[in-house]
Amino acid sequence: MIGAIAFYTFAGAAVICGFMVIAARNPVHSVLFLISAFLSVAGLFVLMGAEYLAMLLVVVYVGAVAVLFLFVVMMLDVDFVEMKQGFLQYMPIGFALAALVVIELMMVVAVWAFPSEAEVARAHPVPTAGQTVSDPNGPTNIEALGLVLYTDYIYLFQIAGMVLLVAMIGAIVLTFRTREGIKKQDPAEQVARGRDVELVDIQSGQGLS
Amino acid sequence: MLDIGLGHYLSVAAILFAIGMAGIFLNRKNVIVILMSIELMLLAVNINLVAFSQFLGDLTGQVFAFMVLTVAAAEAAIGLAILVAFFRNRGDIAVDDANLMKN
Repeated sequence: MIGAIAFYTFAGAAVICGFMVIAARNPVHSVLFLISAFLSVAGLFVLMGAEYLAMLLVVVYVGAVAVLFLFVVMMLDVDFVEMKQGFLQYMPIGFALAALVVIELMMVVAVWAFPSEAEVARAHPVPTAGQTVSDPNGPTNIEALGLVLYTDYIYLFQIAGMVLLVAMIGAIVLTFRTREGIKKQDPAEQVARGRDVELVDIQSGQGLS
Repeated sequence: MLDIGLGHYLSVAAILFAIGMAGIFLNRKNVIVILMSIELMLLAVNINLVAFSQFLGDLTGQVFAFMVLTVAAAEAAIGLAILVAFFRNRGDIAVDDANLMKN
Protein backbone atom coordinates (compact mmCIF):
# COMPACT_ATOMS: atom_id res chain seq x y z
CA MET A 1 0.00 0.00 0.00
CA ILE A 2 2.67 2.48 1.07
CA GLY A 3 4.83 1.21 -1.76
CA ALA A 4 2.03 1.93 -4.23
CA ILE A 5 1.49 5.44 -2.86
CA ALA A 6 5.22 6.14 -3.03
CA PHE A 7 5.41 4.78 -6.58
CA TYR A 8 2.54 6.90 -7.85
CA THR A 9 3.91 9.99 -6.11
CA PHE A 10 7.37 9.62 -7.57
CA ALA A 11 6.10 8.53 -10.99
CA GLY A 12 3.62 11.39 -11.17
CA ALA A 13 6.24 13.89 -10.06
CA ALA A 14 8.71 12.55 -12.63
CA VAL A 15 6.21 12.78 -15.49
CA ILE A 16 4.94 16.23 -14.53
CA CYS A 17 8.44 17.61 -14.05
CA GLY A 18 9.55 16.00 -17.32
CA PHE A 19 6.68 17.71 -19.08
CA MET A 20 7.53 21.05 -17.48
CA VAL A 21 11.12 20.70 -18.69
CA ILE A 22 9.96 20.99 -22.27
CA ALA A 23 7.06 23.37 -21.60
CA ALA A 24 8.64 25.98 -19.30
CA ARG A 25 9.22 29.39 -20.85
CA ASN A 26 12.37 30.16 -18.92
CA PRO A 27 15.28 27.71 -19.43
CA VAL A 28 16.36 28.22 -15.81
CA HIS A 29 12.98 26.82 -14.78
CA SER A 30 13.54 23.98 -17.24
CA VAL A 31 16.80 23.08 -15.53
CA LEU A 32 15.18 23.20 -12.10
CA PHE A 33 12.36 20.94 -13.30
CA LEU A 34 15.00 18.61 -14.76
CA ILE A 35 16.66 18.42 -11.34
CA SER A 36 13.27 17.65 -9.79
CA ALA A 37 12.58 14.94 -12.38
CA PHE A 38 15.97 13.35 -11.66
CA LEU A 39 15.24 13.36 -7.93
CA SER A 40 11.86 11.71 -8.52
CA VAL A 41 13.45 9.01 -10.67
CA ALA A 42 16.06 8.49 -7.96
CA GLY A 43 13.10 7.83 -5.65
CA LEU A 44 11.77 5.27 -8.15
CA PHE A 45 15.19 3.59 -8.18
CA VAL A 46 15.14 3.33 -4.39
CA LEU A 47 11.65 1.80 -4.59
CA MET A 48 12.97 -0.79 -7.03
CA GLY A 49 15.88 -1.58 -4.70
CA ALA A 50 18.66 -0.09 -6.82
CA GLU A 51 20.00 2.16 -4.08
CA TYR A 52 23.46 2.63 -5.53
CA LEU A 53 22.20 3.88 -8.87
CA ALA A 54 19.75 6.16 -7.08
CA MET A 55 22.57 7.79 -5.14
CA LEU A 56 24.68 7.95 -8.30
CA LEU A 57 21.83 9.70 -10.07
CA VAL A 58 21.57 12.28 -7.31
CA VAL A 59 25.33 12.88 -7.17
CA VAL A 60 26.09 12.84 -10.90
CA TYR A 61 22.96 14.42 -12.34
CA VAL A 62 21.69 16.74 -9.65
CA GLY A 63 25.17 17.57 -8.38
CA ALA A 64 27.08 17.87 -11.62
CA VAL A 65 25.16 17.76 -14.89
CA ALA A 66 22.22 19.90 -13.82
CA VAL A 67 24.50 22.50 -12.25
CA LEU A 68 26.51 22.53 -15.48
CA PHE A 69 23.30 23.23 -17.39
CA LEU A 70 22.42 25.96 -14.92
CA PHE A 71 25.83 27.60 -15.37
CA VAL A 72 25.59 27.55 -19.14
CA VAL A 73 22.02 28.87 -19.17
CA MET A 74 23.03 31.77 -16.94
CA MET A 75 26.29 32.40 -18.81
CA LEU A 76 24.77 32.73 -22.26
CA ASP A 77 23.21 36.10 -22.89
CA VAL A 78 20.38 35.00 -25.16
CA ASP A 79 16.83 36.16 -25.63
CA PHE A 80 15.07 32.96 -24.65
CA VAL A 81 11.56 34.28 -25.22
CA GLU A 82 12.32 34.73 -28.89
CA MET A 83 13.55 31.13 -28.93
CA LYS A 84 10.11 29.91 -27.94
CA GLN A 85 8.56 30.90 -31.27
CA GLY A 86 7.77 27.88 -33.40
CA PHE A 87 6.58 26.09 -30.27
CA LEU A 88 2.93 26.21 -31.31
CA GLN A 89 3.78 25.47 -34.90
CA TYR A 90 5.45 22.19 -34.03
CA MET A 91 3.09 21.29 -31.19
CA PRO A 92 0.66 19.08 -33.19
CA ILE A 93 3.32 16.93 -34.80
CA GLY A 94 5.39 16.78 -31.64
CA PHE A 95 2.55 15.58 -29.45
CA ALA A 96 1.21 13.26 -32.17
CA LEU A 97 4.57 11.53 -32.41
CA ALA A 98 4.90 11.37 -28.64
CA ALA A 99 1.42 9.84 -28.32
CA LEU A 100 2.31 7.32 -31.02
CA VAL A 101 5.47 6.29 -29.20
CA VAL A 102 3.62 5.98 -25.89
CA ILE A 103 0.90 3.81 -27.49
CA GLU A 104 3.47 1.57 -29.15
CA LEU A 105 5.50 1.12 -25.99
CA MET A 106 2.34 0.48 -23.95
CA MET A 107 1.35 -2.27 -26.38
CA VAL A 108 4.77 -3.83 -25.81
CA VAL A 109 4.37 -3.55 -22.03
CA ALA A 110 0.88 -5.06 -22.12
CA VAL A 111 1.72 -8.28 -23.94
CA TRP A 112 5.30 -8.78 -22.86
CA ALA A 113 6.42 -11.43 -20.34
CA PHE A 114 9.67 -12.99 -19.17
CA PRO A 115 10.29 -16.32 -20.94
CA SER A 116 10.31 -19.32 -18.66
CA GLU A 117 14.02 -19.97 -19.17
CA ALA A 118 14.97 -16.37 -18.30
CA GLU A 119 15.67 -17.27 -14.67
CA VAL A 120 18.29 -19.80 -15.69
CA ALA A 121 19.82 -17.60 -18.39
CA ARG A 122 20.70 -14.76 -16.01
CA ALA A 123 24.26 -13.61 -16.61
CA HIS A 124 24.87 -12.25 -13.10
CA PRO A 125 22.20 -13.30 -10.62
CA VAL A 126 21.97 -11.18 -7.52
CA PRO A 127 24.01 -13.11 -4.91
CA THR A 128 21.99 -14.58 -2.08
CA ALA A 129 22.76 -14.86 1.61
CA GLY A 130 26.04 -16.52 2.47
CA GLN A 131 27.68 -15.75 -0.86
CA THR A 132 29.28 -12.49 0.21
CA VAL A 133 31.60 -11.49 2.97
CA SER A 134 29.71 -9.13 5.17
CA ASP A 135 25.96 -9.55 5.14
CA PRO A 136 24.30 -12.59 6.73
CA ASN A 137 20.90 -11.64 5.31
CA GLY A 138 22.05 -11.29 1.73
CA PRO A 139 24.25 -8.63 0.19
CA THR A 140 23.30 -5.01 -0.19
CA ASN A 141 22.76 -3.62 -3.65
CA ILE A 142 26.07 -1.75 -3.72
CA GLU A 143 28.01 -4.79 -2.52
CA ALA A 144 26.45 -7.06 -5.15
CA LEU A 145 27.13 -4.45 -7.82
CA GLY A 146 30.73 -4.05 -6.73
CA LEU A 147 31.28 -7.80 -6.91
CA VAL A 148 30.25 -7.73 -10.57
CA LEU A 149 31.60 -4.36 -11.65
CA TYR A 150 35.19 -4.82 -10.55
CA THR A 151 35.51 -8.40 -11.77
CA ASP A 152 33.53 -9.33 -14.86
CA TYR A 153 33.02 -5.79 -16.10
CA ILE A 154 36.43 -4.37 -15.24
CA TYR A 155 37.16 -3.46 -18.87
CA LEU A 156 33.83 -1.71 -19.17
CA PHE A 157 34.62 0.15 -15.97
CA GLN A 158 38.01 1.27 -17.31
CA ILE A 159 36.44 2.33 -20.61
CA ALA A 160 33.92 4.41 -18.66
CA GLY A 161 36.85 6.16 -17.00
CA MET A 162 38.47 6.78 -20.37
CA VAL A 163 35.21 8.18 -21.75
CA LEU A 164 35.04 10.64 -18.87
CA LEU A 165 38.70 11.60 -19.34
CA VAL A 166 38.20 12.23 -23.05
CA ALA A 167 35.06 14.23 -22.32
CA MET A 168 36.92 16.34 -19.77
CA ILE A 169 39.82 17.06 -22.12
CA GLY A 170 37.41 17.72 -24.97
CA ALA A 171 35.37 20.19 -22.96
CA ILE A 172 38.51 22.04 -21.85
CA VAL A 173 39.94 22.19 -25.38
CA LEU A 174 36.63 23.38 -26.82
CA THR A 175 36.15 26.21 -24.37
CA PHE A 176 39.78 27.23 -23.82
CA ARG A 177 40.83 30.57 -25.24
CA THR A 178 43.90 32.74 -24.88
CA ARG A 179 42.83 36.25 -24.09
CA GLU A 180 44.64 39.33 -25.36
CA GLY A 181 45.76 42.22 -23.20
CA ILE A 182 46.18 40.40 -19.92
CA LYS A 183 49.27 41.20 -17.83
CA LYS A 184 50.89 37.98 -16.74
CA GLN A 185 54.21 37.16 -15.17
CA ASP A 186 56.63 35.52 -17.60
CA PRO A 187 59.38 33.88 -15.52
CA ALA A 188 61.44 32.87 -18.56
CA GLU A 189 61.66 36.44 -19.75
CA GLN A 190 62.57 37.64 -16.29
CA VAL A 191 65.39 35.14 -15.94
CA ALA A 192 66.69 35.75 -19.47
CA ARG A 193 66.89 39.48 -18.84
CA GLY A 194 70.55 40.57 -19.14
CA ARG A 195 72.56 42.72 -16.81
CA ASP A 196 71.36 45.92 -18.48
CA VAL A 197 70.12 47.30 -15.21
CA GLU A 198 70.60 51.03 -14.76
CA LEU A 199 71.43 52.10 -11.23
CA VAL A 200 70.16 55.54 -10.37
CA ASP A 201 71.33 57.45 -7.36
CA ILE A 202 68.20 59.17 -6.12
CA GLN A 203 68.62 62.39 -4.28
CA SER A 204 66.94 62.58 -0.96
CA GLY A 205 63.62 64.41 -1.05
CA GLN A 206 63.48 64.64 -4.87
CA GLY A 207 62.46 61.24 -6.07
CA LEU A 208 62.75 59.96 -9.59
CA SER A 209 61.06 62.31 -11.98
CA MET B 1 -3.45 -1.22 -9.47
CA LEU B 2 -1.92 -1.28 -6.00
CA ASP B 3 0.44 -4.13 -6.85
CA ILE B 4 3.38 -2.35 -8.46
CA GLY B 5 5.03 -4.55 -11.06
CA LEU B 6 7.45 -4.29 -13.92
CA GLY B 7 4.78 -2.90 -16.24
CA HIS B 8 4.28 0.17 -14.07
CA TYR B 9 7.93 1.14 -14.25
CA LEU B 10 8.08 0.45 -17.98
CA SER B 11 5.05 2.71 -18.46
CA VAL B 12 6.69 5.58 -16.59
CA ALA B 13 9.82 5.11 -18.68
CA ALA B 14 7.77 5.07 -21.90
CA ILE B 15 6.00 8.31 -20.98
CA LEU B 16 9.27 10.04 -20.03
CA PHE B 17 10.86 8.90 -23.29
CA ALA B 18 7.95 10.27 -25.30
CA ILE B 19 8.14 13.58 -23.41
CA GLY B 20 11.82 13.83 -24.26
CA MET B 21 11.04 13.12 -27.90
CA ALA B 22 8.30 15.74 -28.01
CA GLY B 23 10.71 18.20 -26.39
CA ILE B 24 13.12 17.90 -29.29
CA PHE B 25 10.29 18.71 -31.70
CA LEU B 26 8.83 21.58 -29.70
CA ASN B 27 12.04 23.45 -28.87
CA ARG B 28 13.79 23.26 -32.20
CA LYS B 29 15.54 26.58 -31.71
CA ASN B 30 16.79 26.17 -28.19
CA VAL B 31 19.75 23.79 -28.05
CA ILE B 32 19.84 23.81 -24.26
CA VAL B 33 16.32 22.41 -24.01
CA ILE B 34 17.14 19.88 -26.74
CA LEU B 35 20.10 18.70 -24.65
CA MET B 36 17.84 18.48 -21.61
CA SER B 37 15.32 16.45 -23.63
CA ILE B 38 18.09 14.03 -24.58
CA GLU B 39 18.95 13.71 -20.90
CA LEU B 40 15.29 12.88 -20.19
CA MET B 41 15.30 10.18 -22.85
CA LEU B 42 18.50 8.66 -21.45
CA LEU B 43 16.89 8.72 -18.00
CA ALA B 44 13.89 6.80 -19.35
CA VAL B 45 16.24 4.19 -20.80
CA ASN B 46 17.93 3.94 -17.41
CA ILE B 47 14.58 3.30 -15.72
CA ASN B 48 13.96 0.46 -18.18
CA LEU B 49 17.39 -1.07 -17.57
CA VAL B 50 17.07 -0.91 -13.79
CA ALA B 51 13.48 -2.20 -13.81
CA PHE B 52 14.36 -5.23 -15.91
CA SER B 53 17.47 -5.83 -13.83
CA GLN B 54 15.57 -5.79 -10.54
CA PHE B 55 12.56 -7.80 -11.63
CA LEU B 56 14.70 -10.48 -13.24
CA GLY B 57 17.25 -10.55 -10.43
CA ASP B 58 20.15 -9.98 -12.83
CA LEU B 59 22.72 -7.30 -12.04
CA THR B 60 23.91 -6.81 -15.62
CA GLY B 61 21.20 -4.27 -16.30
CA GLN B 62 22.41 -2.06 -13.47
CA VAL B 63 25.98 -2.22 -14.73
CA PHE B 64 24.77 -1.04 -18.11
CA ALA B 65 22.65 1.68 -16.52
CA PHE B 66 25.90 2.81 -14.90
CA MET B 67 27.53 2.98 -18.34
CA VAL B 68 24.60 4.91 -19.78
CA LEU B 69 24.94 7.36 -16.89
CA THR B 70 28.64 7.83 -17.64
CA VAL B 71 28.09 8.39 -21.33
CA ALA B 72 25.21 10.78 -20.62
CA ALA B 73 27.40 12.85 -18.30
CA ALA B 74 30.18 12.96 -20.91
CA GLU B 75 27.69 13.89 -23.60
CA ALA B 76 26.26 16.73 -21.51
CA ALA B 77 29.74 18.12 -20.83
CA ILE B 78 30.80 17.98 -24.49
CA GLY B 79 27.45 19.26 -25.74
CA LEU B 80 27.51 22.27 -23.44
CA ALA B 81 31.15 22.97 -24.34
CA ILE B 82 30.25 22.97 -28.03
CA LEU B 83 27.32 25.24 -27.21
CA VAL B 84 29.58 27.73 -25.39
CA ALA B 85 32.09 27.70 -28.27
CA PHE B 86 29.23 28.21 -30.76
CA PHE B 87 27.86 31.09 -28.73
CA ARG B 88 31.29 32.77 -28.66
CA ASN B 89 31.55 32.58 -32.42
CA ARG B 90 27.99 33.49 -33.36
CA GLY B 91 26.63 35.55 -30.49
CA ASP B 92 23.48 33.44 -30.23
CA ILE B 93 22.53 29.79 -30.02
CA ALA B 94 19.86 29.52 -32.71
CA VAL B 95 20.61 26.16 -34.26
CA ASP B 96 18.46 26.67 -37.32
CA ASP B 97 20.91 29.28 -38.70
CA ALA B 98 23.87 27.01 -38.01
CA ASN B 99 24.70 26.46 -41.66
CA LEU B 100 28.27 27.76 -41.83
CA MET B 101 29.50 24.49 -43.30
CA LYS B 102 26.82 24.47 -46.00
CA ASN B 103 27.44 27.92 -47.43
